[in-house]
Amino acid sequence: MAETLTKNHEILEGPQAPRQSRFVQQFRLFKENRLAVVGLVIFLAFFITAVAGVVLTSGQDPVFNPSLVRLQEKLQPPLSLPNLETLKAHEVPTLGIYLLGTDDLGRDVFARMLQGAWVSLTVGFVAVGIAVIVGIFLGGLAGYYGQEGICYDQILDFLLLLSGIIFFILKWHKLGFGLFTAGIFMMILSFRARRVKQNRFMPGWLHKSAFSFDTLIMRMVDIMLCFPSFFLILTVVALLPASIYNIMIVIGLTSWMGTTRFVRAEFLSLREQDFVSAAKALGLGNFRIIFRHMMPNAVAPVLVSATIGIATAILTEAGLSFLGFGVPPPYATWGNILSDGKRFIFDAPWLTFVPGIAILIVVLCFNLFGEGLKDALNPKLRQE
Amino acid sequence: MAFQKPLLRTEDLKVYFYGRDKISRAVDGVSYHIHAGETVCLVGESGCGKTVSALAALGLIPSPPGKIVGGRILFKGTDILSLDEDAMQKIRGNQISMVFQEPLTSLNPVFTIGDQIGEAIRTHETISQDALDKRCVQLLRDMGIPSPEQRLHDYPHQLSGGQRQRVMIAMALACNPDLMIADEPTTALDVTVQAQILNLLKSVQEKASMAVLYITHDLGVVSGIADRVYVMYAGLIVEEGNTRQVFGNAVHPYTMGLLASLPDRKKRGKRLHNIPGTVPNPAYKPDGCPFHPRCSHAVESCKTVEPEMIPLEEGHRCRCPVLAKKP
Repeated sequence: MAETLTKNHEILEGPQAPRQSRFVQQFRLFKENRLAVVGLVIFLAFFITAVAGVVLTSGQDPVFNPSLVRLQEKLQPPLSLPNLETLKAHEVPTLGIYLLGTDDLGRDVFARMLQGAWVSLTVGFVAVGIAVIVGIFLGGLAGYYGQEGICYDQILDFLLLLSGIIFFILKWHKLGFGLFTAGIFMMILSFRARRVKQNRFMPGWLHKSAFSFDTLIMRMVDIMLCFPSFFLILTVVALLPASIYNIMIVIGLTSWMGTTRFVRAEFLSLREQDFVSAAKALGLGNFRIIFRHMMPNAVAPVLVSATIGIATAILTEAGLSFLGFGVPPPYATWGNILSDGKRFIFDAPWLTFVPGIAILIVVLCFNLFGEGLKDALNPKLRQE
Repeated sequence: MAFQKPLLRTEDLKVYFYGRDKISRAVDGVSYHIHAGETVCLVGESGCGKTVSALAALGLIPSPPGKIVGGRILFKGTDILSLDEDAMQKIRGNQISMVFQEPLTSLNPVFTIGDQIGEAIRTHETISQDALDKRCVQLLRDMGIPSPEQRLHDYPHQLSGGQRQRVMIAMALACNPDLMIADEPTTALDVTVQAQILNLLKSVQEKASMAVLYITHDLGVVSGIADRVYVMYAGLIVEEGNTRQVFGNAVHPYTMGLLASLPDRKKRGKRLHNIPGTVPNPAYKPDGCPFHPRCSHAVESCKTVEPEMIPLEEGHRCRCPVLAKKP
């Protein structure tokens, strides 16, 4: 047998097809999808615009000044020329032309759009980043540990710790500290009891499972989904100081439910796959199996939904700004340009069309890009 | 061999699966042992508890619904049922490894095979990337995979079924385990590849002086590779012995039925024997001997008395009081 093997070995060492690196193959697949390439190009253009926008519109004396008021030049249509006689030297737009017109205060819409691009980009990415990380983590745990029960003693530990912290915050220091220590003590006892698989210290019913881990997480998802999330965001934004970072975090923390459900569903089917048992039989730890072996199998559809989520986050931010709850003025975002423009929709339609169409194009390009990514990331299609 | 302590020994192992309103007694008191370097076969029909009794040795019974309700599993003298999860992870893959039935689905589709073999090694050893690559290439070469340097960067879907099974075996061998559990490794492969894989297993076993627990329902395979054989039926071992004893001198009617239903040159042109009926549902096993409803030798006492293992010769035992008494 060994001889035949070596013989075969020599024979089969034939000419090899030239090998391509993984990235090259992925890019080749991606290129086949024309629409996705268009999406990618627009996305890159958007990215460059956003970065350039930050550089060009910030500082003491910006190249494009988005907040310069010229009341005598208000509501100029796009591509109109400034009246040089009535403007001071520093008020003349940098390009010498109002590329996208001016708004009701005579501010240059082009400069404002540039400034707003960065907000849209970061809101989209940070919010979706938070949502995807939370979603993957919770969904992965729910899908993998689904059937593991949460026991009464664990609930008790948690409640003790939580009430301790709450009382501490309410300035009932002694009670809070007592409850907190009791919680930690209980936790150590529970751990010990689990380790030695017999409990001398605790009554048996404490180790009965109350509900499954899956139930816990999925009911949390249901509760979050029950809130009309836009109003939840409005409430939170009204309570928190108005800042662009708060908005990103709030949007992120109210949009992880979709990803969680998605990842959980993927994990429920992946968990039964043989390669998971094989990984276990190799002696890999649970976290390694979840995040290194199963996650890459579930991540392609998540990425696709994330690109669509970026679009939704941009829309949500625009909606918030439109309602006046978003980024505080005079900072321009696409949403508040749109909202300011709605009063003049018949007199100056460009004030609504320009940001509206910009949002439309960016959202569309993200969706197209996500679709192309899905094909490129599938190793089954990545063949010579 | 007989004086040595066995590498793996299960004693009266019981694994039950708890359903909504019934209990499936998948493994109901199984004792087997494997010495170092030995090839032992677990034979039986589908659903007789072969896989479950082997998975128990790795602590991989899906729980819930499964639960080990009784017995001991001694690996090198320590009861692995009492070990915690961390200690089990050190044993899995490192000292006991497993080859699964379906090479198509047992490899992770999104990683190259080099990544996966490397992971098997890196889980249990600290090793530099260079040395790791070299070892992976060597493993693949030992498995008879041509141009291993290139194959290392292939994804599982780019390999054939036989090659994938070779990769699985390479992963199982990666840490030089003392025992390899092979769960029907050739069932999903076609016959020519099957023979190659069997030869491969045999040659690596000799080289590595590793014990193999081979789970199969294919008696033809068993006769080719086994040192000793355990025949299982409905969660019980019904006959055990070395290959010559079980194949040449079977006593239990179930074993005899299995052997009689093998195609053979002598039986050319005749109808093959078949055992009437099917394996009992593990949740509703018959009283007494589980085989009695299908057995042509059954007597009245078979319906009530659960048979014990009866020693026949050195190492040959069987669970049939009717036939064992009148040799």
